[in-house]
Amino acid sequence: MFETDRRTFVKLTGGAAVAAGISGFPHIAKAAGGKVVVVGGGPAGATAAKYIKRGDASVDVTLIEANPEYHTCFMSNEVIGGERSIDSIRVSYDGLKKHGVNVVNDLVVGIDPVAKKVTTKGGQTFAYDRCVVAPGIDFNYGAIEGHSEAATATIPHAWKAGPQTVLLRKQLEAMPDGGTVIVVAPPEPFRCPPGPYERASMIAHYLKANKPKSKVLILDAKDAFSKQKLFEQAWTKFYGFGTPNSMIEWVAAGKNGKVSKLHAADMMVETDFDKIKGDVINLIPHQKAGKIAFDADLVNDKGWCGVNKKTFESSKHPGIHVLGDASDAATMPKSAYSANSQAKVAASAVLALMSGKTPANPSYINTCYSVAGKDHCFSVAAVYKYNDAENKIVGVEGAGGLSPLDASESDRKRELMFAHSWFSNVVKDCWG
Amino acid sequence: MKRTTSLRQILATTACAAVLAFGGAASAADPEMLSNACAGCHGTDGTSAGPATPTIANLSVEYFVEMMKGYKAGTRPSTVMARIAKGYSDEEIQAMAGYFQQRPFGRPEQVVDAAKVKTGKSLAKKYCESCHEDEGKVGEGVGVLAGQKLPYMQYSVSDFLDGKRQMEKRQAKKFEELKADHGDAGFEAVLNYYAGVK
Repeated sequence: MFETDRRTFVKLTGGAAVAAGISGFPHIAKAAGGKVVVVGGGPAGATAAKYIKRGDASVDVTLIEANPEYHTCFMSNEVIGGERSIDSIRVSYDGLKKHGVNVVNDLVVGIDPVAKKVTTKGGQTFAYDRCVVAPGIDFNYGAIEGHSEAATATIPHAWKAGPQTVLLRKQLEAMPDGGTVIVVAPPEPFRCPPGPYERASMIAHYLKANKPKSKVLILDAKDAFSKQKLFEQAWTKFYGFGTPNSMIEWVAAGKNGKVSKLHAADMMVETDFDKIKGDVINLIPHQKAGKIAFDADLVNDKGWCGVNKKTFESSKHPGIHVLGDASDAATMPKSAYSANSQAKVAASAVLALMSGKTPANPSYINTCYSVAGKDHCFSVAAVYKYNDAENKIVGVEGAGGLSPLDASESDRKRELMFAHSWFSNVVKDCWG
Repeated sequence: MKRTTSLRQILATTACAAVLAFGGAASAADPEMLSNACAGCHGTDGTSAGPATPTIANLSVEYFVEMMKGYKAGTRPSTVMARIAKGYSDEEIQAMAGYFQQRPFGRPEQVVDAAKVKTGKSLAKKYCESCHEDEGKVGEGVGVLAGQKLPYMQYSVSDFLDGKRQMEKRQAKKFEELKADHGDAGFEAVLNYYAGVK
């Protein structure tokens, strides 16, 4: 069995390296105890709750979430394109309960940073030593005249997954062949930067097979977008992009793509110079931090929550950590992987701070896949470090970036398999 | 197996000595912090829920480091890993290797073809077992095959056969033999067998 020196060498050097790893292990030597209340059960909140409990079982962790189950926004474009069921993106909170997290189904309506108490709509009060706030996004309906929450009953945003996702899918199914689907893309910053373009791709993918005379018109508040060259390459390949018969048309802000008004009853949107009728209108609204972040005075003048990016502790109220889409964690994009990664950094910091230790040096990753056509997927990735002097999250130079434009078809197909693996693993790492 | 045990005992002693030697030095690379960031794709503690992303738990430190350095240098083909691996120093890679080596290699159920498993089992004995010992569970200097994700192993074999990924001499010889004797179906059978090992 040990005929080669190499293999013996492997075992010995391997062992020494393992030992080196162990010595750097940041395990909390003494149980911290204490109470953590997590507000919001999306990827950021769920991951934080799980990893705090994993790191120290003696900490009493309560997660408060208004919805009894969660629908992931990630992969919801595959539901809209008819490639997967809504059930396949539904997650329960049973996994967190198994980790010993106390899951409360209620809506948080107040956080008192001085008394260190969280109150809910249902009249419950929870005391905390440290509070984690992860409310995700809220919509700035006022940014587009005529838009309102009520209008989303017919003009779905589908940017929080669940009933809105199903509504948009049903509208696409009911639309006659030859119809126009308008996707209104929001200005930055917003949840899932490549999302609107993946959505347009998935809608075109469905239409191509089922209603080939139809069109997708993207009206954008921006002049450029995430993974643009990769999307345009895929659109050219699958949907005739750039030809007069293209199934997808993208109108940049500078070319009169910026929507300023909605006429919901007439199924019409208005830009500076045009009124455009759609058979289906998917208006993705302008965005800001979730409501509780405003109510608890955690937001900056831009509508997002400033944080210490090493610990995600609020720059306004000590003892409260804000993570995920609601936080201003630039340069990381607002993505599920970012939220998951930030939550693990924050969980480690919360445990360290609760036991009077210095938080460990953060390490963050973002990986994000976009499906653009049959067996056609690409990604963006980055590895980040913390810059202490400037309180910045900085991408490691020379690392990260996009899938290459000249990748083979087999690599695009592999990326789809990895995207689906990404989905199952990130879901499990957050809630499982 | 007896010899393995005794070597592991030696290893344990060496490891303890290393802990003492390393104890005083403060490291910037925090193994748990670094490794947790990987879990979003590779699963909590490195056990992948599938279907394709490989499980990276319990790999030998040498194998883990070799893979990461290969991604970094571009000598090992990948879709996303080259971009990720370039984000880490050698010291950080070493720290992650050590962390994951200590995690158990989970083997959640995978869909495999029963007929292929049967054929694959006997082929594996002949062509693979000499390096991939104990049903492919031992990963000393080689990848752990037992319960590894089937699509991932299929990608790896295809890259090896296409010459995109370099093989060691002995591996190349065995691949050649298996290919000559049983063709692509032989590889499919072997991989189905290993994917199904519990």
